[in-house]
Amino acid sequence: MEVMPKWAEVILVPLISLLLAAVLSALVIMAIGEDPIEAVNLMVTGALGSTYGWGYTLYYATNFLFTGLAVSVAFHAGLFNIGGEGQAMLGGLGVALACLLIPWPHWTLAILGATAGAALFGAAWAAIPAYLQAKRGSHIVITTIMFNFIAAALLNYLLVNVMRPQGSMDPASARFPETVHLPTLHDLLAPIGINFSKAAPANVTFLIAVLACVLVWFLLWRTWLGYEIRSYGKSEPAAKYGGISPTAITMIAMLISGGLAGMMAINNVMGEAERLVLNAVEGAGFIGIAVALMGRSHPFGVFLAAVLFGFLYQGGAELALWTNIPRELIVVIQALVILFTGALDNMVRMPLERLFLMMRRGNV
Amino acid sequence: MSAENTSGRQETAAPGSAPAIELKGISKAFGPVQANKDISIRVMPGTIHGIIGENGAGKSTLMSILYGFYKADKGEIFISGRKTEIPDSQAAIAAGIGMVFQHFKLVENFTVLENIILGAEDGGLLKPSLSKARKTLLELEHEYGLNVDPDAVIEDLGVGMQQRVEILKALYRQADILILDEPTGVLTPAEADQLFRILDRLREEGKTIILITHKLREIMEATDTVSVMRRGEMTATVKTAETSPAELAELMVGRKVLLRVDKAPATPGKVILDIKGLRVVDDAGVERVKGIDLQVRAGEIVGIAGVAGNGQSELLEVLGGYADATGDIQVNGQQLDLSGKLSDGRSRRARGIAHVPEDRQREGLIMDFSAWENTAFGYHRDPAYQSGILLNNKAIKGDTEAKMQRFDVRPPNPALAAKNFSGGNQQKIVLAREIERNPDLLLIGQPTRGVDIGAIEFIHQQIVALRDKGKAILLVSVELEEILALADRVAVMFDGHIMGERQSAETDEKELGLLMAGVGS
Repeated sequence: MEVMPKWAEVILVPLISLLLAAVLSALVIMAIGEDPIEAVNLMVTGALGSTYGWGYTLYYATNFLFTGLAVSVAFHAGLFNIGGEGQAMLGGLGVALACLLIPWPHWTLAILGATAGAALFGAAWAAIPAYLQAKRGSHIVITTIMFNFIAAALLNYLLVNVMRPQGSMDPASARFPETVHLPTLHDLLAPIGINFSKAAPANVTFLIAVLACVLVWFLLWRTWLGYEIRSYGKSEPAAKYGGISPTAITMIAMLISGGLAGMMAINNVMGEAERLVLNAVEGAGFIGIAVALMGRSHPFGVFLAAVLFGFLYQGGAELALWTNIPRELIVVIQALVILFTGALDNMVRMPLERLFLMMRRGNV
Repeated sequence: MSAENTSGRQETAAPGSAPAIELKGISKAFGPVQANKDISIRVMPGTIHGIIGENGAGKSTLMSILYGFYKADKGEIFISGRKTEIPDSQAAIAAGIGMVFQHFKLVENFTVLENIILGAEDGGLLKPSLSKARKTLLELEHEYGLNVDPDAVIEDLGVGMQQRVEILKALYRQADILILDEPTGVLTPAEADQLFRILDRLREEGKTIILITHKLREIMEATDTVSVMRRGEMTATVKTAETSPAELAELMVGRKVLLRVDKAPATPGKVILDIKGLRVVDDAGVERVKGIDLQVRAGEIVGIAGVAGNGQSELLEVLGGYADATGDIQVNGQQLDLSGKLSDGRSRRARGIAHVPEDRQREGLIMDFSAWENTAFGYHRDPAYQSGILLNNKAIKGDTEAKMQRFDVRPPNPALAAKNFSGGNQQKIVLAREIERNPDLLLIGQPTRGVDIGAIEFIHQQIVALRDKGKAILLVSVELEEILALADRVAVMFDGHIMGERQSAETDEKELGLLMAGVGS
C-alpha cells in the first residue's frame, strides 16, 4: 500500500523542502545583516516582475530543461550521467559547425540542422563513456566527469587555434550569419499583441524544450523502448532474464541523454550568443543533475524544477546587483535548494509519511 | 501487569521454575502493517520451543524484538521471571539470549577462534583473549559435543560446520536461550539431522531453544512445544506430541490444506530437452556446471534436487538465456545457442521455453512496476502487446485482468505495484505470465519459496496441469519434499555434477540426501 497520496508525494514533499531551504537561506541573509524579506522581494520582482525578468528566467530554464531531461533519461536506465556539461559543450560545437558551414536560407531550416548537429555531437560525446561502461565496465560516473574536462580542453583548442577568425583576440568562433538568428520571445509574441521585452534572451528554443519534455515522457511511458529502458534501470538481473540487452540499453539511453544535453546549445549558442564562445555552458550541465533530482526524473517535474532554477539564477543575479549580498551567497542559496530537495528528501518525507499514517488510522 | 503475578498462573511449569522467556501482549506495527498483534508466549526452560508460521506471519519480527533489533510498540518481556528491557542486541546478550541467524554473520577469512571472540575481546591485546577463548571453547566443545577445529578458517568449512561456529559464538557469550532462525535452509538432510542432535544435547544441558521454521517436519521431529503464528497473531500453542502436521498446517493457513500433490502417473512422450556435456564457467572463472547430461520428455516433470549453490541456478540461467555455456543443448531437436547474440531471453522464449526464475523479486518481476507492466515483461515485443513503436497498454491491461482472474491473484488490481502483492500472489503473476504462453518447456526454480501454504497447493496444481497437457517441465527446488511430491523423475546435483537420477516413486529422502551430500553413484 502506498503510504501517501500521490499529490502529497509529488507536490507537498518538494514544497516543504523548498520552504525549509528558504527559511535557512533567510537565516543566512539575516546573519550577514541584510533583510531577507527585502531579498525575496528583489528576487521575485527581478525574475518574475517584468517580461525582461521572465525572459531571463525562461532562458535559463530552457538550458536546465535540456540538461535536466538528459540526466533523467539516463537515471531511468540506472545510469548517472554527470557529463551533461561536456555533452552540451560538444553540442555547441555541432551547432556552430552547422550554422557556419551551411548557408541556410531561413532560421526555420537552420534550427532543424542545428538541432541535428547539437544532438549528434552531444550523443557522440556520450557514446564513448557509454561504450566503455557497456563493454568494459568502466564506471560511467568517472568517465563522464573526465569527459567534461576533455571537452573543455578540446573546445579551448578549437576556439583558439581553429575556429577563431583571423585577427580576433577573442577565443570564440565567427558570428553566425543573420539568416540563422533565432526569433526571441519578443519576436514571437509581438504578432499576437503581447509586448515582451526585447532585451531578454529567451527565444524559440524554449518551445523546443517543452516539446522535448513531452517527447521524453512519451518515449519513457508509451513506447516499448522506454519500457525496456525503465526495466533495465529498475533491475538489471530482471532485464537480463527478460531478454533485454544491457549493452544495447546502456548505449541507447546514453545516446538519447547526450543528445538532449547537446541540444541545450541551440538555446545558448544559436539563440543567445550567436557564436560559439569559451565556457558557453556555464555549469548548466551540473544544474541539470539537481533539476532531475528535484523533478523526480519525470518530465513534468523537470519542467517545474527547471523554471524554479531559472528563477533562482535570474533572481540571484538581481540580488547581487542591487544589494550588498555577495554573488557567492546566491550560490549558497542554490546549494541549499539542491540539498533540501535532492539529498535531504527523506528528512521531509519520513515525518510526512508518519503524519499521513496517523491521519489514516484516525479515520478508520 | 507486574512480575509478581506471573508466578500465579504457571500451568505448564514445574513448581518454582519461571518460564525462561515470557512475552506479554507484544504488538508491533510497520506503517500500516501490523506485524505482531498482542502476542503472548511462555517458553519453559530446558525445552525446544518451535515457532511456525508462513512467510510474513510475524515470526522474524517477534524474534527481532526479543533480540533488540526492534522495539515493540506495546508489551513486556520477562526473562526467567524478571521484567527485562531489551533496547539493543547488547542487552539481549547480557540477558543470556543468543541468536543464530539464517544468514551467518561470520568473517570468511578469519579462523573459528577469531570469529568467536569478535566483539567479545578482553582488553586491547589480542593474544590473552585468544588463549583464554581457546580454553573456554574447548570446554564448550567438550560439554556439548560440538566439535570444531578452533584454527580452521571459516571459508574452508562446510555450511553445517559454520552453523556450529555460530552456535558456539552464542554459547561463548554465555547464552542460556538460543534462537535459531530457519536453521536448516542451507543444510542437507543429514546435516539437519546432526543439527537436531546438537539441539537435543543442548537441551539436556539445560539450555532453552527457540526454533523458527516454516517446515512442519522439523517441528514434529525436534520440538517439545510449538506455537503457530498467522498474520501477526499467535493462533495456538500446543504440545508437539499432541498435534499432527495436518492440524498445524490448518492452524497456519486458517483452513484445511492438502499437504500432498494429487497427480496421476506421468506418460512421458518424446524428448523435448536434451542436454549433453554442459559446462558453465561463472564470471569469477569458477566452473559451476561440470559436464552434465540430462533429458526431459514431454509430459513429465524432472526435478533437480540439491543443496543451493551446486550448479542448479547456473543450469537454469543457461537454459533461460542469460549465462554463457559450452556443450550441446537441443530443444525439440533443434540446437540452442549457448553464447553470442542469439543466447538471450527473447530468443529462448521464441523457441518455446518459458521460465519462472528462482528469485522472482530480483529477476522474475520488477518490483516497482505495476502488475500489468510485469505481465508483459519478457513478452513486451510480442505483436499482441504492441502497436508500432508503442506498447499497447490497453491490451496488456485487459490481458492482465483476465490472467489475474484465472490465477486468483489478490487483490485483482492490474495497476498495483508488484512489491505490494504477497509472495504467493507475486508468484502467481509470474506463473500466469509464463504458463499461459503454453510453452513446450517450462523451467521453474523454487516455485514455492516464500509462498504461503494456501498458494502452494494452487501452484502445484498448475504445474501438474501443464504436465498433463504434454509439456516438459524442469523443476529446481531446494525443498526435497517438494521435489518428491511434484517430480516424476529426480536428478540430484552436487558440485556441478549430476550424482544420479531416480524415479521419484522409487526413492526416498534418505537416498536423495546421500546423493545431495556427494555420496554414492
